[in-house]
Amino acid sequence: MTVQVRAEGPSRRNARRRRRIGEHLWAYGLLAPVIVILGVFKIFPAFYAFYISLFRWDIIQGAFRGLGNYGDILYENPTRAEAFWRSLSTTFTYGLFTVPLEMGLALVVAFLLFGKLRGRGVYRTLYYLPYVTSTVAAAVIFNWLFHPQYGIANAILGLVGVGPQKWYDEPRGLFELAASAAGVALPDWAAGPSLALVGICAFSIWHYFGYQVIIFLAGLGNISNEYYEAARLDGASERQVFRLITLPLLSPTTFFVFTIATIGVLREFNAFYILTNGGPLDTTRTTGLLVFKTFYQQGQLGLGSAVAFLLALAILAFTLTQQRVLASRVTYE
Amino acid sequence: MTGPIARAMPKSVLKYASLSAVALIVAYPFYFMVSNSFKDLFEATTVPPTLFPSVFHPENYVKAWEAAPWARYFANTAFVAITTTLGEVVTAVLAAYAFARLEFRGRTVLFGVFLATLMIPSEATLIPNYIMMSKRGLGGFGLGWYDTYQVQIVPFLASVFSIFLLRQFFLSIPRELSDAARIDGAGHLRFLWSIVLPLSVPSLVTVSLFSFIGSWNSLLWPLIMTSVPEYRPVQLGLSAFRQEAGNSYHLLLAAATFTIAPIVLLYLVAQRHLIQGVARSGMKG
Repeated sequence: MTVQVRAEGPSRRNARRRRRIGEHLWAYGLLAPVIVILGVFKIFPAFYAFYISLFRWDIIQGAFRGLGNYGDILYENPTRAEAFWRSLSTTFTYGLFTVPLEMGLALVVAFLLFGKLRGRGVYRTLYYLPYVTSTVAAAVIFNWLFHPQYGIANAILGLVGVGPQKWYDEPRGLFELAASAAGVALPDWAAGPSLALVGICAFSIWHYFGYQVIIFLAGLGNISNEYYEAARLDGASERQVFRLITLPLLSPTTFFVFTIATIGVLREFNAFYILTNGGPLDTTRTTGLLVFKTFYQQGQLGLGSAVAFLLALAILAFTLTQQRVLASRVTYE
Repeated sequence: MTGPIARAMPKSVLKYASLSAVALIVAYPFYFMVSNSFKDLFEATTVPPTLFPSVFHPENYVKAWEAAPWARYFANTAFVAITTTLGEVVTAVLAAYAFARLEFRGRTVLFGVFLATLMIPSEATLIPNYIMMSKRGLGGFGLGWYDTYQVQIVPFLASVFSIFLLRQFFLSIPRELSDAARIDGAGHLRFLWSIVLPLSVPSLVTVSLFSFIGSWNSLLWPLIMTSVPEYRPVQLGLSAFRQEAGNSYHLLLAAATFTIAPIVLLYLVAQRHLIQGVARSGMKG
């Protein structure tokens, strides 16, 4: 072989060069469709969104406003600013109530499902089923389960002596309602998420937790058995094994699920659109819905783009912070 | 778990009890939907709901079906979902092959850019796309694609997720195979077609399922880009029917049942591939 390489003449080098050029042509040829489509419908629009956000743009392009739209949304225009900050707070409240419950449930279920278990496949199939059903159909069902008059949710509440609720039509806060039932009046800031938002949280948990169960199961399967054997040899109790082995070694998976779940929560649109469309009294208008309202229902494309851009920034900032803070606590095998 | 009852029970009983309780909560809405779709309106609005319809009313389905242009909605959705899936799988296979098997300048950067597009929330790109799809467009270059099929298909013909998943699989195909193929004089396409693809059938199935289900369930995009039933998908049909049906909840639930039936059937048949795909996507590398 070495002899051949040393004897490599100009023609052979040319042949190799030709082959390398050929390989490049092939590669970019194969990638061309994807590059074009992502470029036109995803990457270019991302930049173009920023451009739009710099203009007054009511259906058609108007005057250049610089960062004026952003100013309006953040502080200058009281109505817009109030709507924006409120939507952001609604979005984060929604996440705060959904993600931990969803992940906790998924983790416990995955842990129970893991290992030898009859009917494991059946459970797994069932838990994942809501995730593949469309939000519209699922929301139709939930609207009915939580119906103020005919819903089973109120029937169950009745069993424990709680009066009927309006659920997706109820703007009052969860804590406010609980306190007023006990005869205590709470200040506004302590009212908690509206009952409508709580209903959407319940829907989201039902809809998404199966996806997380599958990922947690895969993560559990990735932990080598040696750790468990070693721990048992050392006489560790089951609880110790869970706390000292399973949880730390599962942390990369937990981290992944957390990232996916938060991004999902920040972007959720369908459930809100179908279940409440922002109401009652705007208590479920997340930032995603505010974008939709501003641009599609009010025809304010410039302002809508600015809100969308801020939402994108919030998602990005949140993801990066999360990577920074949490990544250092993740234990890799 | 220290009470005397819990101690007396074998652990597995507790396990099954909790898993079944969760399963019951997960399954109940589906059961509720199907069972109420067969009741008459009076029984469907009885509190607490009856477990079974006392009299079966299968004609609810006929009534619901006739109340809206469902055949057209279904045809639209099926056409869009199938075309999108086929196209997306083809572009993903080609791109994944290039990333996994070819050496070219810019490979790492390009792959990084692709992955970065996953971070762009669709809300941010919705408005520019909305403008681009109009006739006027931007600076006179508009696609004029409102109320068409292509507006629901073309932008979704590239899926980074599918490319990522297929690339992972292609990387696991031993190098020796491609070397052998090259020695036999097979080019890239020949190798891809006769060796790589037959080996990757499970991955292709997974990717297709994700694409199909995603397309079937999409809501926001068609809501904005279409306005007439001639081009609108099933999801928007159901959403519109919800407003029209008013308080005819039994009909609404019948409609909900037949709109999710195809996906549920598909899922039950192919769930193994889907679940494996999800599990694999969770494992980085």
